[in-house]
Amino acid sequence: MSRNTGDEKKTSNHVPRSALPTRRQFLTSGVSLLAMSASSTLFGAQDEETRAPIDPMRVPGLSPRPYGERSRFERQTRLVAGTFSTTPLQDLQGIMTPSALHFERHHNGVPTIDPTRHRLLIHGLIDRPMVFTVEELMRFPSTSRLAFLECSGNSRDGWGEAQDVTVQALHGLTSTSEWTGVKLSTLLDKVQKQRDATWMLAEGGDAAGLARSVPLTDDVLNNAIVCYGQNGEALRPEQGYPLRLLLPGFEGNINVKWLRRLKLGSAPFMTRWETATYTDLMPDGTAYQFSLVMDAKSVITKPSGQQQLQPGFYEIQGLAWSGRGRITSVEVTSDAGRTWQEARLQEPVLPTCHTRFRLPWRWDGRETIIQSRCTDETGYRQPTRDALINVRGVRSIYHYNAIQSWKIQRNGFVSNIYA
Amino acid sequence: MHKSLLVTAGVIGLAFLMTTAVWSADQHDSAVDLGRSATDEEIRAWDIDVAPDGQGLPPGHGTVAQGAQIYAMRCAGCHGPTGREGPQNVLVGGHKSLQTVKPLKTIGSYWPYATTVYDYLRRAMPANAPQSLTPNELYALVAWLLYQNGIIAENVELDHDSLPRVEMPNRNGFRLDPRPDVR
Ligand code: HEC
Repeated sequence: MSRNTGDEKKTSNHVPRSALPTRRQFLTSGVSLLAMSASSTLFGAQDEETRAPIDPMRVPGLSPRPYGERSRFERQTRLVAGTFSTTPLQDLQGIMTPSALHFERHHNGVPTIDPTRHRLLIHGLIDRPMVFTVEELMRFPSTSRLAFLECSGNSRDGWGEAQDVTVQALHGLTSTSEWTGVKLSTLLDKVQKQRDATWMLAEGGDAAGLARSVPLTDDVLNNAIVCYGQNGEALRPEQGYPLRLLLPGFEGNINVKWLRRLKLGSAPFMTRWETATYTDLMPDGTAYQFSLVMDAKSVITKPSGQQQLQPGFYEIQGLAWSGRGRITSVEVTSDAGRTWQEARLQEPVLPTCHTRFRLPWRWDGRETIIQSRCTDETGYRQPTRDALINVRGVRSIYHYNAIQSWKIQRNGFVSNIYA
Repeated sequence: MHKSLLVTAGVIGLAFLMTTAVWSADQHDSAVDLGRSATDEEIRAWDIDVAPDGQGLPPGHGTVAQGAQIYAMRCAGCHGPTGREGPQNVLVGGHKSLQTVKPLKTIGSYWPYATTVYDYLRRAMPANAPQSLTPNELYALVAWLLYQNGIIAENVELDHDSLPRVEMPNRNGFRLDPRPDVR
């Protein structure tokens, strides 16, 4: 939200510039004239950025605009830190993440790519090496689906000391969008993939040349999409404009953005990101490699870290998701784990998507701990932190998915703890 | 009259055939005539990855001494004079640290393949001018980094033949994802 300039202050006492008629409209519109003369009495003396008429029914509203923006009263933003930014999970409604709030992570900045000059090259173990323009890919039979994307480093603070921060700071590297594009299998049919092509290098056109090896399993061939669309419009630059790979359920990094090249081979290519970076170090000194699927996770977003409660009614809400399919159940405790209640799953409940759960609750003003735990369609149940650490230690960085505990203090303040 | 009826029927039949052709194109997407063949030249220009067996390594060679000079000029500002100081990723050290409470993952302690170092530097480093290094400079930098990590001797020259044969200390440090692993 840009601050009002001195210039605006000169033109009007109260009406922000966007609400002002142009000089020409001003001269030709009696209504605007009326609004102007009435403005000093109809607008309250509020914070300059949130000025609004005291009675919107007595002031003409804004004109249509070519590209919409949210109400100026809405202030939710991503939290930006270094090479990533996080989604404000505590502020989301339903299951979709607005594109402008989708989390981002990159390895050498977000590139600026002219879509008319961008190309996708497919080569390697195929019969017909081919080049496609973005426009050509958009003319292929299309496909679309909703899916979450989650950075495998999401929630990584959980391995260390409990940080007293928001749910956004802890778990905000996950978002759900509608993704539109061409099925990968359509393109691989077109270029005539050879039988021994079992792995595929996906490479981005960014300043990191980010590259990952994708196993060409049936699951991948059935579900992978080369995307150009996100939530009804072109991909956002932060999400890979003009092309990205989508592998529903797989860790964020392998959903290569700014996609420029697919190379088919018979073995993994062993890039830096699948050896040095996104591998999970275990207590015995060995590391899990190609740990691609995101295990089920849930987290209560309301109430959550750093919020302040008053005794009384709240609907506990949160999000649950699994890289292995649908969420089938979420249980919630509001008495530190003594009793668990089945939360209601709010429609739509879709595979590999954020799923919203809800449970009515009355805070009686006593100190307590609230937690959620989810189960997915494979029967996998989200583990406790102790169980997770018991197997993986605390130094594997990625794929932390333990139950999140929020402590509600007697004064109503909510904080992150391990329980 | 009779004839025109036949023609009409023919047109309808043809239209039907065309409709089914469109439908089947939808099912057999390879019938879509979009995209064009890639030329060898195009592929060569973009095919920058290097596999563990050395496939993709260009001709060229470089020594530890040459690497030291290039490193000081192009890398030390971000990774420290000896690769240990940062401020960006530490590139040297961490030997036998992976089982300790403070694992230090570096090229020397963690990376399973020397070819990956070449691949990564070629595509991504230096971060302020990626893809600006020549093959000889890249071989020299890899040689210097491997020497600093105690993996090759100071007098070794690396090329497309010797680089894939360098054995990395943590070559067998990885296992395929066994998850779900927590009950
Ligand atoms: C402008 C700063 C900068 C310069 C100059 C630079 N680097 Fe980097 N380097 C980085 C950053 C930042 C990263 C981490 C990138 C990431 O996380 O994806 C990195 C990562 C690396 C890595 C991977 C480390 C790991 O453990 O994953 C290597 C190897 C590397 N650089 C080598 C070099 C070499 C060799 C040079 C000189 C040719 C160089 N860098 C120059 C900033 C720089």
